[in-house]
Amino acid sequence: MTTQAEERIDETTQMAQARSGHRWRRRVPLLPALIFTIVVTQLPFVVTIVISFMNWNILRPGSTGFAGLHNYATVFTDERMRAAVVNTIVMTASTVIVSVLIGLGIAVLLDRKFPGRGLARTLLIAPFLVMPVAAALIWKHALYNPDYGLFNGILNWIAQLFGMQGPTVDWISNTPMLAIVACLVWQWTPFMMLILLAGLQSQPGDILEAARVDGATSMQTFRFLTLPHLRRYIELSALLGSIYVLQTFDAVFTITQGGPGTATTNLPYEIYLTMFRKYEYGEAAAAGVVVVIGTILVATFALRTISSLFREEVSA
Amino acid sequence: MTTTTNHKKRRTRNGDPSGDLRGGPIWTFVAWTVTTIFFLPVAWMVLTSFHNEADAATNPPSPFASLTLSQYSALFDRGVQPYLINSAMASVISTLLVLTLAIPTAYALSVKPVEKWTDVMFFFLSTKFLPAIGALLPIYLIVKYVGMLDNIWTLIVLYTAMNLPIAVWMMRSFLAEVPREILEAAEVDGAGLLRVLWNVVRPIAMPGIAATALICFIFSWNEFLFAVNLTAVRSATAPVFLVGFITSEGLFLARLCAAATLVSLPVLIAGWAAQDKLVRGLSMGAVK
Repeated sequence: MTTQAEERIDETTQMAQARSGHRWRRRVPLLPALIFTIVVTQLPFVVTIVISFMNWNILRPGSTGFAGLHNYATVFTDERMRAAVVNTIVMTASTVIVSVLIGLGIAVLLDRKFPGRGLARTLLIAPFLVMPVAAALIWKHALYNPDYGLFNGILNWIAQLFGMQGPTVDWISNTPMLAIVACLVWQWTPFMMLILLAGLQSQPGDILEAARVDGATSMQTFRFLTLPHLRRYIELSALLGSIYVLQTFDAVFTITQGGPGTATTNLPYEIYLTMFRKYEYGEAAAAGVVVVIGTILVATFALRTISSLFREEVSA
Repeated sequence: MTTTTNHKKRRTRNGDPSGDLRGGPIWTFVAWTVTTIFFLPVAWMVLTSFHNEADAATNPPSPFASLTLSQYSALFDRGVQPYLINSAMASVISTLLVLTLAIPTAYALSVKPVEKWTDVMFFFLSTKFLPAIGALLPIYLIVKYVGMLDNIWTLIVLYTAMNLPIAVWMMRSFLAEVPREILEAAEVDGAGLLRVLWNVVRPIAMPGIAATALICFIFSWNEFLFAVNLTAVRSATAPVFLVGFITSEGLFLARLCAAATLVSLPVLIAGWAAQDKLVRGLSMGAVK
């Protein structure tokens, strides 16, 4: 790793020497990826913005035209869209908060040595590696099923130990949002845990040692040294988690199809329905633009957090 | 266990033998209980995949029922192979394309940095933050217009774009670790750019390249939104097979578990093999 100072000296001397031809030669290796990224990721968004101002439904071929802000008005007044916004916020916030808390707990547990720690870590990241669609299907059919799912099965098994009959809870119908959030928390906790564990392990050992020598209890050390150090890692995991969970489509599509009613319809799923069931292209595009703007707001904070960690890394 | 501790041995306390065992067996028990709870659904999925349908759907559950491979052979009889091949093509080819594009870019951001290289890097990163659903409609319309629906190359291009930012970020931090002196020596000796890249940078950056490739592979293998909306019969991938499997056959729990295990296996193996690098890719390079 070069230090920032070296980097700067390097850059300034090179810039002094460099004429613009030289500078362009340096840029050449960048161009293929840059052009590719702009064409594949930025142009579609331009198209989305254009469509969002259009009246376009393929079921009504004659009526395609300019719609002004009409689609945006629909997005902000439509019952379903409003429900989708609320559901997205509830789903994302509860998943991220719960999985950060559990992830922090597990990271602290894994930060101390114990027999089989490596194996425990390996097993703990498995939920994150199972294909999300497969995980959703397994949760829906093998765990939540009221008749033979594992959850009711275990409850029944415990009840039978006491000579009783177990309950037959229909988890998905009774608590659809909770059913999805539980599956998402299970999937995302390992992600949070890995980032927080990396944060814990980057703590300077001498400071913790000094605290111990000075007679601080482990609670005090955690509260006054570890937590402040971890703050940015917690922020980072929460923000990255929010950006990923905000886009949840697989779990909703698989477990509840957004139902019952609109109880678990989040924005990605509602946009998908608007696009491929109602064929309201203009409205779907407008909703897409709103989601992108919402994500940019979250992402700005994420980028700031990343760049602060990143600067620390460069100057380390 | 040689994982994260390795490259930060000087600054961390993991090498510190004293004091780490405070709390003792109780916390070890807690740690293993939590691990068991989190792993249980995966274990249940794998176990059920080796059961008969009759034993899979019992209440209370029968974990000790006799084992069989019939669910897996039924999957192959039913023709899961084309879906796996499509998934493999989409993820392997897109990963190769990503590396081809990302390595020169990372080179221009770390070894021979352009001015304002941090801005360029944050541009790449910011594209990863844009939700895919916002681009689905125009991509669908464009792909339909050029007649590329249900074509595996459509997914390859999209997955390349999807993974490029992460790859650029990861490769940048790996290439930044290539010692400058070696590069300068090679240049003084008059070696051209490609020769420097191939003979000097490649050997040092190889572990980083492998880790980046694994991350890209994982993300494209698991991708669902584009796959389900842009493919139909010819180029459907493994997650699309899983969903269609349910709607077309009704429910076969043991076979579903076998299918879920089968399609998850490549990523489980890849992810476990690269678990120390996983966090760097997932945090977009912000955490080592």
